[in-house]
Amino acid sequence: MTEQPTGGAPDGVAASAHDLVKVYGTEEAEVRALDGVTVDLMKGEFTAIMGPSGSGKSTLMHCLAALDTPTSGEAVVDGTSLGRLKDKALTNLRRDRIGFVFQAFNLVPTLTAKENILLPLDLAGKKPDPAWFDAVIDAIGLRPRLGHRPSEMSGGQQQRVACARALVSRPSIVFADEPTGNLDSTSSAEVLGFLRRSVDDFGQTVVMVTHDPVAASYSDRVLFLADGKVVDELREPHRDAILERMGALSDAATSKAG
Amino acid sequence: MLRLTLRNLVARKVRLVMSTLAIVLGIGFLAGVLTFSHGLGATFDNIIEGSTSDALVRTEGEVSFQASGAGTTKLVEPQVIERLRELPEVEAADGSVDGVGAYLLGEDGKLVGGTGAPTLVFNYYDSVNVAGDPILILESGQWPDQPGEINLDESSAERGGYEIGDEVTLLLPVGELRKTFELVGTSNFNGGGTAGATLALLETSEAQAVFLGGQDAYTTVALTAADGVSQTELADAAKTVLPDGFTAVTGQKVIDESDEQIGQFLDVIGYFLIAFAVIAIVVGAFIIFNTFSILVSQRVRESALLRALGASRRQVTWSVLVEAFFMALLGSTLGLLLGLGLSRGLAAVFRAQGLDIAGEVLVLTPTTVIAAYVVGIGITMIAAFVPARRAAKVAPVAALRDDLTVQEKALGRRRILLGTIALLVGAALMGAGLIGAPGADAAWIGAGAVIWVITVAVMAPVLGHPVLVACRAAFDKVFGTTGKLAGENALRNPRRTGATASALMIGLAVVSAVGVLAASLSATNDALVDREFRSDFLVQSPSFQGFPTKIGDEMEQVDGVGTISRMQGSVALVKEDQDFVMGVDRAFARIYELDMVRGTQDISGDQAILSESKAGDLDADVGTQVPVAFPGGQTVDLEVVGIFEDTPITGGVTMPISVLEDAGLRRNDSTLSINVAEGADVGEVQAALDKVVEDIPVVTVQDKEGFSELIKGQVNQLLFMIYGLLALAVIIAVIGIVNTLGLSVIERTREVGLLRAVGLSRRRLRLMITLESITIAVLGAVLGLVVGLLIGVALRQSLSDDLTELALPLSSLVVFLVIAVVFGVLAAIVPAVRASRMKVLDAIATE
Ligand SMILES: Nc1ncnc2c1ncn2[C@@H]1O[C@H](COP(=O)(O)OP(=O)(O)O)[C@@H](O)[C@H]1O
Ligand SMILES: [Mg+2]
Repeated sequence: MTEQPTGGAPDGVAASAHDLVKVYGTEEAEVRALDGVTVDLMKGEFTAIMGPSGSGKSTLMHCLAALDTPTSGEAVVDGTSLGRLKDKALTNLRRDRIGFVFQAFNLVPTLTAKENILLPLDLAGKKPDPAWFDAVIDAIGLRPRLGHRPSEMSGGQQQRVACARALVSRPSIVFADEPTGNLDSTSSAEVLGFLRRSVDDFGQTVVMVTHDPVAASYSDRVLFLADGKVVDELREPHRDAILERMGALSDAATSKAG
Repeated sequence: MLRLTLRNLVARKVRLVMSTLAIVLGIGFLAGVLTFSHGLGATFDNIIEGSTSDALVRTEGEVSFQASGAGTTKLVEPQVIERLRELPEVEAADGSVDGVGAYLLGEDGKLVGGTGAPTLVFNYYDSVNVAGDPILILESGQWPDQPGEINLDESSAERGGYEIGDEVTLLLPVGELRKTFELVGTSNFNGGGTAGATLALLETSEAQAVFLGGQDAYTTVALTAADGVSQTELADAAKTVLPDGFTAVTGQKVIDESDEQIGQFLDVIGYFLIAFAVIAIVVGAFIIFNTFSILVSQRVRESALLRALGASRRQVTWSVLVEAFFMALLGSTLGLLLGLGLSRGLAAVFRAQGLDIAGEVLVLTPTTVIAAYVVGIGITMIAAFVPARRAAKVAPVAALRDDLTVQEKALGRRRILLGTIALLVGAALMGAGLIGAPGADAAWIGAGAVIWVITVAVMAPVLGHPVLVACRAAFDKVFGTTGKLAGENALRNPRRTGATASALMIGLAVVSAVGVLAASLSATNDALVDREFRSDFLVQSPSFQGFPTKIGDEMEQVDGVGTISRMQGSVALVKEDQDFVMGVDRAFARIYELDMVRGTQDISGDQAILSESKAGDLDADVGTQVPVAFPGGQTVDLEVVGIFEDTPITGGVTMPISVLEDAGLRRNDSTLSINVAEGADVGEVQAALDKVVEDIPVVTVQDKEGFSELIKGQVNQLLFMIYGLLALAVIIAVIGIVNTLGLSVIERTREVGLLRAVGLSRRRLRLMITLESITIAVLGAVLGLVVGLLIGVALRQSLSDDLTELALPLSSLVVFLVIAVVFGVLAAIVPAVRASRMKVLDAIATE
C-alpha cells in the first residue's frame, strides 16, 4: 500500500497533497500552519508557491519533501505516500528522488563544489552519469570552480552549485525554498534561469517557494497560499498579474487583521 | 554584565556539566590523594603514639622497626626488671618478648595479610602509652593468660576466618616451624586499627618458649613514669641500673625514630600519588582551555553584539572569566566530595595490599580544601584566560556578519618557529642528561621531557597534520563519503582537534614512557637472572624474611640434593652506617664462583669480602679492617680478603655465617641455594623440595624460570598500579573528546541537517561522528606514544647502570593504540546519538 508504482502516473503528477493539515503548538498557542491543502504538482512543470509571510509556504514544502510530517492528510511524492515511511526509507527517498535547494547554507563547507554536487550520489553509492553530469555543470557554468570550497565562492555561485547538486541525481522533483532570498538581482537571474532551463531542456520538475514576483514570473504556474490554504492559482504568470494577486492577498490579510 | 554571565551558565547546562566534569575529576583526584596521604600519616601517628610507652629499655645499637633478621640473643634478665621497678621514678616496668618474622596462617592455610605488612608477635602486658592510655584495647573475648592461648587483632582474626575458640596456626622464624594456639580474644592498638599489620599476643611464658627457647627473659622493657617524672628523667634513672649493652630511651625518641622511618615511606607514596594528580589536572586544564575556546568561538556574535552595544573589551574578557570562576567553584566543590570518596577507594586498594587505613581518619583537612580551591580555580582561570582574551578581540561588526563562527586560524609561522625552538631546547636538555652534564641525569631528561610534552601538546595541530590526513585517506577508502566527511571534520579545525587530542597525548606519553622503563626493567631482570641464577633451585621467602634452619635441615635429607648453601642476612652498622650484611656458609663457594676483582672469595673466621661498589663507598680494599656492629651491641672488626664485581647473588658485605652467630644473632636462613646431585632427576628433586615447604606458604622453591616469573610479576604489579592511576588522566581526556564533539555537533547543527536532507542516514551520521572521534583519539595516541617512547628511551639511557637492557614494549603500544580507538568510539556515543536525534528540519531551521 505504501509503495505505489513509481513514476509514470497517467495524470503526470510528480507530487501531491491531500487535505494536508499541520498544527503547531497546543490549545491557546495553536497555529494551523496548513489548514487542509489539496494540490497536485505536475511533472515537467516549474511551480512557484507564493503567499504572505507565515502563510505556510515553507511548511507545505517541508511536508511534501519528506522533511516534516503533517498532523493529518497525505503527502505523495512520485507515487509514494510518505505517511507510513520510517526514517530510513525517508532518508533513501530524499536521497534518490528529491532534490533540495535552501535559502542559505546549502553546501558542506569541508567539501569542494564538485564533491558537494556529487554528495547525494556518493551517499547512495552510485556513480554519476558522465554525460548528465557534464550537461548540468555546463548549465550552471561553473566548470572552472569545481575544485573550490564554498568559502571561496560568491553567494550566487554557491546557490548554483546547490542547484546542480539537486539535479545531478535526476530526482523526480526538486524543491527550492527561497533559493534567491539572499542574492542580488544578477545572481538571482542566473539561478532562476538555470532552474527554468532544467525544466525546459531536461524536463525536470521544480517546486519553488518565493515571495518575489520576479522570481515567480519564471514559473509555469503560481499557487497562492494564505492562512494555510491554497487561495488562488495563475498559469503562465506575468509579473504584473502576480503583483496584482499578491496585492489582493495582503489587502485581505490586512482587512482581516483590522 | 554579571547577570548575563550567570544566564549563560544556566542556559548551557550540558556544556557546563561536561567541562565542569574535567575540573571535578582533576580536583577530585588531587583532593583524594591529599586526603588519603593525610589519613595514611594519621593512621601511623595514632598507632605509633598510641603504642609507645614513656620509656623503653632495649639493647644498644638497636633501632625501632628493625626490618629483618632474627634479632639478638641478648636478653633482659628478670632481676633487671625487678631493679627497674624499685626505682622511685618508675611506676611500672613490663618485660616484653617481641618476635619478628612470624606469619599467621588463615583457616584455609593461606597467609593472612600477604607478605607485605609485618606480623608482630609479643607477650601481652597491660602497659600504658605516653598519653597514659592502655596500649591495647580488648575487642572481644579475653587476653591470653595461659600457654597455648592467643589473642589476634580484630581484622586479622576476621581475615583469617577465625572465631574465638578456633585453633590458630603461626609460622615461626626460629625453632619450631608451625605452632597452633587457641584463639581466646581479639584486640586492637589503641589509636585505631593496625594499619594492616597482624598482631598476635601470647601469654609471657609461651612467648618466651616460642622465641627465646624457653629462657625466662625479655627482649625489651616498657617503662611507665611515676607521677611528675619526665620521660628524660625516667630514661636517665633507668640507665643507672641497666647492665652493659642495654640502654633506655624516651618514648619521644622511639616515636621520632618511627616517624622518621615511616615518614620516608609515606612521603614516597604521597609524592607518587600527587604526581598522578598533577598529570590529571594538567590534562583537565587542556580540556577547560579547549571548551572555553569553543564556547567563545560559538559566541562570537553575542560578544560582538555586546561590543556593539558598548561593552568594553575588559568587560567581555571578564564575563568569560567570571563564567570560568563559577564553573571552577562548582567543579572544585564537587571535586572535594569526589575526593573524599576516591580516598576511600584508594584506602580499599591499599587495604587489599595489606595496608589498613581506618575510615575515620579520611577527612577533608583545611589544607586539602584550600589546595583544592586554589588549584581548581587557578588552573581554570589560567586555562580560560586566552579564550577570554580572544572573545574580547571580536570586532563589533562581527555581529552583523552572517557566518556564525569565526574559524580559528591555523598556527602562525611564529608559533611554529617558537615550537620548533622549544623542541630543540628540550632535546638539548635531554642530550645534556645523556652525555652526563653535572647534576642528576634524570633531572635534565625530566626537564627536557616536560618541555617536549607541553610543546607537542601546543603544536599538536601542526605535528598531528600527517596523522589527520592519513586518517582521512584511510576512512575515505574504507567508509567512502561518510569517512571522508569525518576526516574533513577533524581537519577543518586543526587547533580544536589538536587541543582535544593533546589531553589524551599527555596521558599516553606517560603511559608509554613508563612502559619502556618497565619493559627494560623486565628485560634487565631476565638478563640478570639468566646470568646470576646459577644454582638449580633457590629457596626464599618472597618478602626476604628469614625462616627456620629446620627447613634447610630437612632439604639436606632429600634424595638427589647435591649441594646446599645457606645464607643469613642481617641489619648491621657497617662503619657506622646502617646496612644489610650477608653471612654465607662454606658450601657457598661450591655453588657460586664470584668474579673477583682482587683477592680471594674464600673466607673464614673474621674475614669479609666486599662488592666493588661497596668497597668504593667504604673506601676499603683488600687488607682493610671494617668494623661491623650487630644488633645487640657487638662490634666485630672484619678483615677484607677479596673484592668482587657487583652481583645480586650476595650482599655488598659478605662474611662467614659464623660471624653472625658469634655476634649473638639467632640463626635462621634467608636463602638456600641448592644444586641437584649428578644423575638426579631435577623434576623429582623439585617435587620433593616442594613437599618440605608444602605447609609453609612463606617459603618457596624456585627454579630459574619460576624466579624470573616471580620478578616479572612484581614489575607488572607495579606497572598495572601506575596504569591504573593514569587511567584517570585518560578518562578525563576522553571526557574532553566527548565535550569537543558535543560542542562541534551543536555548532554544525545546520550542516548536520543539510546532510540528513540530502540523504545521510542516521546510522551513517553516527558513523561519521564516531570516525571523527576515533581520529582525535588516534592523533592523541600516536603523538603520545611516540613522545613517550622517545622520553622512555632517554630515561632508560640515563639509568643504564641499573637498567642495562633496553626493551620497547611494542605489543603493549599496539594495545594502547587499540584502546585509544575503543575510547574514541565510546566518546562518540553521546554526541553521535544526540546528533542523530536532531530533527532534520530543526537542524535546517536553526539560525
Ligand atoms: N516549528 C514551528 N513551531 C511553531 N510554529 C511554527 C513552526 N514553524 C512554523 N510555524 C508557524 O507556522 C506558520 C507557517 O510558517 P511557514 O510555513 O514557515 O510560513 P512561510 O514560509 O509562508 O513564511 C507561521 O505562523 C509560523 O509561525
Ligand atoms: Mg518560509
